[in-house]
Amino acid sequence: MLSIEGLSKRFGGFTAVNNVSFAVEPGEILGLIGPNGSGKSTIFNVLAGALVPDAGSIRFEGREIGGLAPYRIVNLGIGRTFQIPRPFHRLSLVENVVLSGFYGQGRPARARAFEAAERALALVGLPTDRAASVDGLGAAALKKLELAKALASGPKLLLADESLSGLDEHEMDQAADLLRRIRKDLGVTIVWVEHIMGILMRVVDRVMVLDHGEKIAEGLPAQVAADPRVIEVYLGTQAAAVRVAAAAARG
Amino acid sequence: MGIFDVYLLEALINGVLLGGVLALLSLGLNLVFGVIDVVWICYAELIMLGMYAMYFLSRVYHAPMVLAAAICIVTVGVLGVLLHVVVIAPLLGAAPINQLLATGGVLFFLQSAATILFGIEFKNLGVRLPVLKVAGMFISYARLLAFGAALIGMVLVYLFLRRTYTGTAIRAIAQDRQIMTLMGVDSRRIYVITSALGGGLAGLAACLLVLQYDVHPFVGLTFGPITFLICVLGGLGNFGGGFVAAFVFAEIISVGGLYLDLEWGYVFAFAFFIAMMFVRPQGLLARRS
Repeated sequence: MLSIEGLSKRFGGFTAVNNVSFAVEPGEILGLIGPNGSGKSTIFNVLAGALVPDAGSIRFEGREIGGLAPYRIVNLGIGRTFQIPRPFHRLSLVENVVLSGFYGQGRPARARAFEAAERALALVGLPTDRAASVDGLGAAALKKLELAKALASGPKLLLADESLSGLDEHEMDQAADLLRRIRKDLGVTIVWVEHIMGILMRVVDRVMVLDHGEKIAEGLPAQVAADPRVIEVYLGTQAAAVRVAAAAARG
Repeated sequence: MGIFDVYLLEALINGVLLGGVLALLSLGLNLVFGVIDVVWICYAELIMLGMYAMYFLSRVYHAPMVLAAAICIVTVGVLGVLLHVVVIAPLLGAAPINQLLATGGVLFFLQSAATILFGIEFKNLGVRLPVLKVAGMFISYARLLAFGAALIGMVLVYLFLRRTYTGTAIRAIAQDRQIMTLMGVDSRRIYVITSALGGGLAGLAACLLVLQYDVHPFVGLTFGPITFLICVLGGLGNFGGGFVAAFVFAEIISVGGLYLDLEWGYVFAFAFFIAMMFVRPQGLLARRS
């Protein structure tokens, strides 16, 4: 579905992503993990069109999308959420999502955009009445709104950026379930960047680990969690490794 | 009612009428700033060109007033798009000061071009609209008409912003430019539509102002600074704030001018502006963070 070959992105003298290649299969959930500054967000921003890659190719359904404008990438069927939700406070909840439904699908009929928005809101469990406001939504609801906005654009591939950060344990489980449901009910393929590893390891089919802009491991969660290089660069301590391996084994 | 109360009431009413036109003026500038993040320093010069368009259409080519107004609005709307495509769009990534200087350059370009093309004589439509006498007060029919048309123009823009997807996208982009483009919106398209809208509002303002003021190449200086100050007072890019600020300004000018000379009204208004910049630098309706 998505294949990345030799992707590099530099900021001045700093190489944020160095010659990274990977592929995403239709219908899978791929986890993307790594310590701070490992290049996860840069890869996301390049995939979504917010950054232009310096080298390498990005093919989505056989078509080169590297360097396309963000709106064209959304229109091709790649939706994204943001780590820090940035809703439009002066717009109603429904308006927030409808906009994405309208422009994300390349300006279809009003009714279709509205239906897409209502479906997305219902799926994530947010109110669909027109008067509902964005103000007063908690961290968990704002994360749901992010997902609803991305889903309303009718994506085939969803780029989920830290859908768990800022949530408590119960909310994290719910958010993880939601990602599973999005894949199951809508058939959406998901690439999920996350800092919190335990829950991610239970949900994803495969996981890829980045460090200093390079891919250091890729495979099934249990394999990756046991990889000594991953334990060294990402987890640091043996104790954490044991915890993650246990979490992966449970899932 | 004492004679003084009548004057005061008359001044208050004139203030409201002036406020409507000032609100219309500031809406166009605010819209462009809110969405594109660029201040059209030459905004009032677009109005000046619109006034000339009205003068030529109506006085020289004898077009009916309504047709002339429609052509004027469309023409200035197109000028707004041209301004965006030719001057603003290439500078969108540049430093804000460059954008400001570029539109400032357009201001002098338009003034000079108008001087060469139209001469420096004052020109007017040659239409004298009657003055209404109501309960001992004199209300200018031209001002009443301007107020009504400005209000209708603003309501139409409001409905457009509220009821259409394009309008909703414009409101959203005014709030968060970055996210909007990542949501699948082609921002260039929204910018062009906004520029057309901003120009159209300048065109409508031109139709209304030409009923009250003579047109000359430097007439923009009469409206430009005050429009800009109103937008700043209301909080640049804050449409509601600009609306309120326009009426506050207009009442200060109108009532201030009642007790002393007319010019004193402007002195009070600008003094009020400076004071407010210390008290509420983010604008009248700014949310406290």
